[in-house]
Amino acid sequence: MALLEVRGLTKRFDGLVANSDIDLDVPEGSLFAVIGPNGAGKTTFFNMISGFLQPTSGTIAFAGVQITNLRQDRIAAMGLVRTFQLVQLFGGMSVAENVEVGCHLATKGGIGAALVRPPWFRHQEADVRAKALELLDFVGLGVQAEQEATLLPYGQQRLLEVARALAAKPRLLLLDEPAAGLNAHETEVLADIIQRVNRQNITVILIEHDVALVTRIAHRIAVLDFGRKITEGTPDEIKRHPEVIAAYLGTEEAAHA
Amino acid sequence: MTLRAIISTKLGAYGYFAIALAVAIALLFAWVFFKGGYLLTVLQLAMIYGVFCVGLNFFMGYTGQASFGQNAFAAIGGYGSAILTVQYGWEPILALVVSMAVAGVAAVVVGYPTLRLRGHYLAMATFALGLITYDVSVQWTDLTQGYMGYSGIPPLGIGPFTVEDDKLKLVCLAVILALGVWVSSRLRHSRFGRALRAISSTELGAAALGIRVSRYKLLAFIIAALYASAAGSLFAHTVGFISPEVFGLQMVVVTFTMLYVGGIGTVLGPAIGAVIASLLPEVVRSTGRFQDIAYAAVLILMLIFVPKGLSTLASIGRRRPIKAGAEG
Ligand SMILES: Nc1ncnc2c1ncn2[C@@H]1O[C@H](COP(=O)(O)OP(=O)(O)OP(=O)(O)O)[C@@H](O)[C@H]1O
Ligand SMILES: [Mg+2]
Repeated sequence: MALLEVRGLTKRFDGLVANSDIDLDVPEGSLFAVIGPNGAGKTTFFNMISGFLQPTSGTIAFAGVQITNLRQDRIAAMGLVRTFQLVQLFGGMSVAENVEVGCHLATKGGIGAALVRPPWFRHQEADVRAKALELLDFVGLGVQAEQEATLLPYGQQRLLEVARALAAKPRLLLLDEPAAGLNAHETEVLADIIQRVNRQNITVILIEHDVALVTRIAHRIAVLDFGRKITEGTPDEIKRHPEVIAAYLGTEEAAHA
Repeated sequence: MTLRAIISTKLGAYGYFAIALAVAIALLFAWVFFKGGYLLTVLQLAMIYGVFCVGLNFFMGYTGQASFGQNAFAAIGGYGSAILTVQYGWEPILALVVSMAVAGVAAVVVGYPTLRLRGHYLAMATFALGLITYDVSVQWTDLTQGYMGYSGIPPLGIGPFTVEDDKLKLVCLAVILALGVWVSSRLRHSRFGRALRAISSTELGAAALGIRVSRYKLLAFIIAALYASAAGSLFAHTVGFISPEVFGLQMVVVTFTMLYVGGIGTVLGPAIGAVIASLLPEVVRSTGRFQDIAYAAVLILMLIFVPKGLSTLASIGRRRPIKAGAEG
């Protein structure tokens, strides 16, 4: 049984079919990538899996449990955590505090504990703090810990979102174009981070435009175009696939034009 | 190393701010105690508004939601206290606590459906709540005695000991406000407070990390209602008289001013704002017939030069070393 099982997933926006009858199996422990040109429906796909959009039809099962139409926070609580293509950092908070919020699911305690501050709560607060700094070091943002999060350069904001998502101890991590806005060196660092995350037995699904990056690190790749999954396979298979070459060379040219 | 340098490295900007604040509070209370009379009442009301604003800050500041109807919960507190003590002869403390419980339940009943609404809808719904409460307090004369209101509401006290003296009243109110600020500080710096602040920034981001957005909004709304109700009760027991006007639209405008002047979303801002905005009219009174203009001018200047509120003055000194460190 795959960790994530998607069957016949379809999303219509009025006339537009953003996702059309998509089937996908993502095995536990894999590093999976979803590629496709602009507007192919990749983010829509993520939005449905993570509960931010209701599918028009189709089903999604995570770890054998139906999560179709479940609320976002309940899906996250099951261990399916995402980042956003349009970063959603918490403004007015420091970089470290952003990651501390990420620890929400991995910690407990509400109003009562906050008022009384029993020993376990104080320990937990200290652990949260330590964990945040550890994760920031992991993504290379340790130095910026006390800085206001939304003042970071764009590329680093994406890294912060990754660190924050990791704080939630995900079983499946969905990354929506984490390399956008990164330079070549930063992209290398990010690739390394993603691979290290994956080696900690966290399943990863990565949306990415950088085909070179994806074919290098992903175990398996699905290709979307006009809302349909046109193919799926190993990086080598994908690189040779005529439709992929057509679709991708198309957008590459458009991008350079 | 000069003495100044030693102090500044030990204390930091927050230390200076804390000392300055403590001195300012001590001077203020000393001055008001010395002067007595009318100023005592002004500062008493400032403390009561402070309690209200500290609560409202949970919902509007930390959680970033708009509520124009929080006066409704202050009315529940005020009328609850008045009715229970005057009509039924309850102990004021008991009346205050029971009124808070009623306000909490009312907040759940009102908040549960409306907090699912976003942005303008929520603001409209809360605005309607405030207006309806005002109408009820005017129209339902059997319960509220209409425009006449309630007088002869007994002061707070425990058993035979009652707080009659105006100076003692002020001290008690100040202690209650301090307690309210303490609770606010504890909650802000916790898992709970972080969740609220995350929601204020982006609900999408918060939900993606497993934060139950509607639930936390509701909790913040309830907390704000509890504070508002306590403030309403404190008003009743301090002044001894309430009428619909006390909890009218005026209250919404005044408390918004206080929140923004002091610094919305900060721990101390609401209390500082309540005191400043309460005392300011007394200070500008000396300008005679220009007092309204002077009042407005001072508020506008504050919003221009300290847009995030007076309490953020503490962090001005703090940012500099971080920036310098990053550049150098
Ligand atoms: N909420 C929405 N309402 C209407 N149309 C939408 C909505 N979200 C996405 N779409 C449309 O659905 C299609 C797929 O969008 P989506 O964002 O999923 O593409 P994408 O593959 O993520 O593209 P990109 O690479 O640019 O991020 C696009 O045509 C887009 O305009
Ligand atoms: Mg996208």
